[in-house]
Amino acid sequence: MQSIAEKDLGTPARQSAKMVSLTIDDREVVVPEGTSVMRAAALAGVSIPKLCATDQLEAFGSCRLCLVQITGMKGMPASCTTPVAEGMKVTTESKALADVRRGVMELYISDHPLDCLTCPANGHCELQDMAGVVGLREVRYGYDGANHLKEEKDTSNPYFTFDPSKCIVCSRCVRACDEQQGTLALTIQARGFDSKVSASQDDSFMDSECVSCGACVQACPTATLSENSLIDKGQAEHSVITTCAYCGVGCSFRAEMRGEEVVRMVPNKDGHANHGHSCVKGRFAIGYATHPDRIVKPMIRAKITDPWREVSWEEAIRYAAGELKRIQAKYGRDSIGGITSSRCTNEETYLVQKLVRAGFGNNNVDTCARVCHSPTGYGLKNTIGESAGTQAFDSVMKADVIMVIGANPTDGHPVFASQMKRRLRQGAHLIVADPRRIDLVHTPHIQADYHLALRPGTNVALINSIAHVVVAEGLVKEDYVRERCEWDSFEKWRALVGDPKYSPEAMESVTGVPAAAVRGAARLYATAGNGAIYYGLGVTEHSQGSTMVMGIANLAMATGNLGREGVGVNPLRGQNNVQGSCDMGSFPHEFTAYRHVADDAVRHSFEAAWGVTLRADPGLRIPNMFEAALDGEFKGLYIEGEDIGQSDPNTQHVTAALTSMECIIVQDLFLNETAKFAHVFLPGSTFLEKDGTFINAERRCSRVRRVMKPKNGYADWEITQLLSNAVGFPMNYRHASEIMDEIARLTPTMTNISFDLLDRLGSVQWPCNTAHPEGTPTMHVGTFVRGKGKFLLTEYVPTREKVNARYPLILTTGRILTQYNVGAQTRRTPNTVWHDEDRLEIHPTDAEDRGIKEGDWCGIASRAGESVLRARVTDRVQPGVVYTTFHFPESGANVITTENSDWATNCPEYKVTAVQVTRVSQPSEWQRRFREFTKTQEELVNPDVFVK
Amino acid sequence: MSDASHSGETAEHLVAMANDIADYFRPQGREEAIAGIANHIKRYWTVRMRQKLNAYLARGQGGDLDELPRAAVDRLNQQPL
Ligand code: SF4
Ligand code: SF4
Ligand code: SF4
Ligand code: FES
Repeated sequence: MQSIAEKDLGTPARQSAKMVSLTIDDREVVVPEGTSVMRAAALAGVSIPKLCATDQLEAFGSCRLCLVQITGMKGMPASCTTPVAEGMKVTTESKALADVRRGVMELYISDHPLDCLTCPANGHCELQDMAGVVGLREVRYGYDGANHLKEEKDTSNPYFTFDPSKCIVCSRCVRACDEQQGTLALTIQARGFDSKVSASQDDSFMDSECVSCGACVQACPTATLSENSLIDKGQAEHSVITTCAYCGVGCSFRAEMRGEEVVRMVPNKDGHANHGHSCVKGRFAIGYATHPDRIVKPMIRAKITDPWREVSWEEAIRYAAGELKRIQAKYGRDSIGGITSSRCTNEETYLVQKLVRAGFGNNNVDTCARVCHSPTGYGLKNTIGESAGTQAFDSVMKADVIMVIGANPTDGHPVFASQMKRRLRQGAHLIVADPRRIDLVHTPHIQADYHLALRPGTNVALINSIAHVVVAEGLVKEDYVRERCEWDSFEKWRALVGDPKYSPEAMESVTGVPAAAVRGAARLYATAGNGAIYYGLGVTEHSQGSTMVMGIANLAMATGNLGREGVGVNPLRGQNNVQGSCDMGSFPHEFTAYRHVADDAVRHSFEAAWGVTLRADPGLRIPNMFEAALDGEFKGLYIEGEDIGQSDPNTQHVTAALTSMECIIVQDLFLNETAKFAHVFLPGSTFLEKDGTFINAERRCSRVRRVMKPKNGYADWEITQLLSNAVGFPMNYRHASEIMDEIARLTPTMTNISFDLLDRLGSVQWPCNTAHPEGTPTMHVGTFVRGKGKFLLTEYVPTREKVNARYPLILTTGRILTQYNVGAQTRRTPNTVWHDEDRLEIHPTDAEDRGIKEGDWCGIASRAGESVLRARVTDRVQPGVVYTTFHFPESGANVITTENSDWATNCPEYKVTAVQVTRVSQPSEWQRRFREFTKTQEELVNPDVFVK
Repeated sequence: MSDASHSGETAEHLVAMANDIADYFRPQGREEAIAGIANHIKRYWTVRMRQKLNAYLARGQGGDLDELPRAAVDRLNQQPL
């Protein structure tokens, strides 16, 4: 069922410079060439009956309900498949048309259960609507003939039900799965009366290839495919547009509500990032908001071995502020700090850094982007001048060759992956550089031209060898480089990568990638037309993360692939607000929009606005906070929405640091791993309970809208404000919009952004200021933000983390579609039916050498620690490499990872850890301690604090 | 706050960080590299981290610090904090 709030124009919009005018039932209408008669009619305010057409999908022409008469044309053409023509005269209503339509409807209805009053789609069922529209009053065939009314329901998917008795075989679901999602899980089997929708090889939805994106459910005009929440709760009475709080795609949704209860989340057709598509997380996985583990009452305790004491908000805030002040008095001004998260809104993140800089009086503020995309900021700022991706997602539709490096879009950024796959099915070329054979390498109708399966840790060697080919084979776009880049920096770079040591042949023994493939990929990228690079944490989370980002920017500049649609350098951000949290000045050395704290003019602007003197020296980064804590110098920490106890590397080092602190204040939904070491717990609010904005991977700022009262009492920004007032730095915002107004006043790239503008335009991509009043989809057009593009030297420096006899395998990490980050939210939803534990992927050869079979428990040991996971034996990974996800704390993936980090930003080297894997029969020592500690900590919580 | 000269048990990680930074700047040639390393440390390290590394070096420890970052640290020490 479509959203209750959206109008369906029948067929997709067409772009054309050429306009066509025609008459529909005496109404003049002018539309772009290629538009269907059905859409033109809808735009003119004439609704033509339809069943198999919807504006999210290409027309199919199967139901024959949308017939019209066109002067000069024989018969009754289907308006959904007939394009407009200049001067056309269309009649949509006549006796003849009405008779045919009624006949069509009669056939449908004779094989349809007539339980409309109790049907979940009642009132929004298109079949029911059409029966009314065509004036069907009786069914001459009766209901006793052969029918499908007794077909069994498929309830295997936890989120939706397939009730085939209601199916009209319009094929909308099949087309949604093909065109929108690109999974091609559904088919119509058999023909005529026997035809039916079938998932994969007549499997249940759960056993099929279905990835539960929900596109078919949304497309279905009847109640055949319905959300279980719709069936259970009944239909919504209003809807509110908001933004998904999961990944960096930032999909726009309509939260369909009954009072304060969410009935379902329906992707917004007008959403600029997702155009009406969604994935299983944003569409369905919101149950965590009311999961019984959610804590909604503030709690305090003096020591982490004490039971938590439920207190009033007033007492919790007073205690927290008192502790922070006590610690500063005893250990100095720099002994406390704050950490914010990419899961917070911009307004929340901005307030946390403001509290630290102005209220705590130091710059000890950092954000979780430290551990994911900090190298992106560094590498792109220094080469092209702005710490952000260069394109809009839609730009991919103009790419001729797509290079995906160290990213797994179908799992990590599913809705964008669907768009990318659409472009690939249209014929764009694909290069994948990844140690592991990600799904994109080979999926229905898509086959990568090259899969460069490099050894983890050799990214820079690979990018240099690609650059070597570009330089050595004369593939540099010299005119572009001369005009737009610093020529002398280019010459130095050319000399470096042109050195024979970086030839693909010489690098083959380092990267493990056959030289011929590197040459082929380099030629393809440099010469196929528009070349677009998309990359993820497989680029950044390395000891040379920043160098690799520079290497990517260098390559794009050398081949002229920046500054227009279809090209670009595009970091795929893991979490919803990675871009925004970085933009908001949450790194210790910079204010909003990446301006250094030592920049006097910038600092003075904040001093003037905030009425305090600010520090000009950078504060501590997260890993330095841990070191300072272990040195006894750092004692108090306010953490909003981030779980450093699970997500940061070398867990045992982190927990040792946390244990050495005197006051840890955690503001979160759940008693997360960090909260087990905390002294103050401030319950947070979900994205459904507050107003604010997120900025996605394409710099798009979108609204988050409150659809219900916060179950914990306050929106997160209000809690930060309470704490700030209590430590003596007054804040008095009345609404999140006032925070955004302040951000806009102080941030040159965002001066035009306001809640009003976002309400009006839906979303905008920064820079959004006087020069670009409605935002900037493509950056660096004509000239780079820094002026001339700068090539930076990217010498390959092998990581310190080397395999040896003791640790002969390399462990690398990633994520999976149905779980999100540390899993705190998705583990508390039925998404666990797809993934209920992290597994260790190991190549059959390595498994056999160790006597490991599918499902066996394996011990994984690194120099940092040990954990135990079950094995998945697969040739997706190459020999010598093992892989795991990190969604479950008890897996202890970060017990194994080390504190090696990117030279420039200290982003941890999660992607390369030397390990040994052995078959074991019991959990690791760490896991045993973890379980005990978790149990003890859980027992210290009074059951009254949980959400009811 | 504890006296810089008394802490030192974790200064090894600062040495490693400085060496990593130097590895990046090295291909730029000595002069540019020293300036680059010094500037990087100035922009991203806390004053306290710099003091700690200095104290560590002053005690004759930090033998693992490469020559290039050492020169950069010396250069930084000639500038006001
Ligand atoms: S399940 Fe729904 S969308 Fe699919 S063919 Fe049947 S009625 Fe049409
Ligand atoms: S939920 Fe998505 S993947 Fe599954 S069958 Fe429907 S459209 Fe295809
Ligand atoms: S793709 Fe990302 S933003 Fe979109 S629905 Fe899925 S998790 Fe949410
Ligand atoms: S809507 Fe046109 S044929 Fe079905």
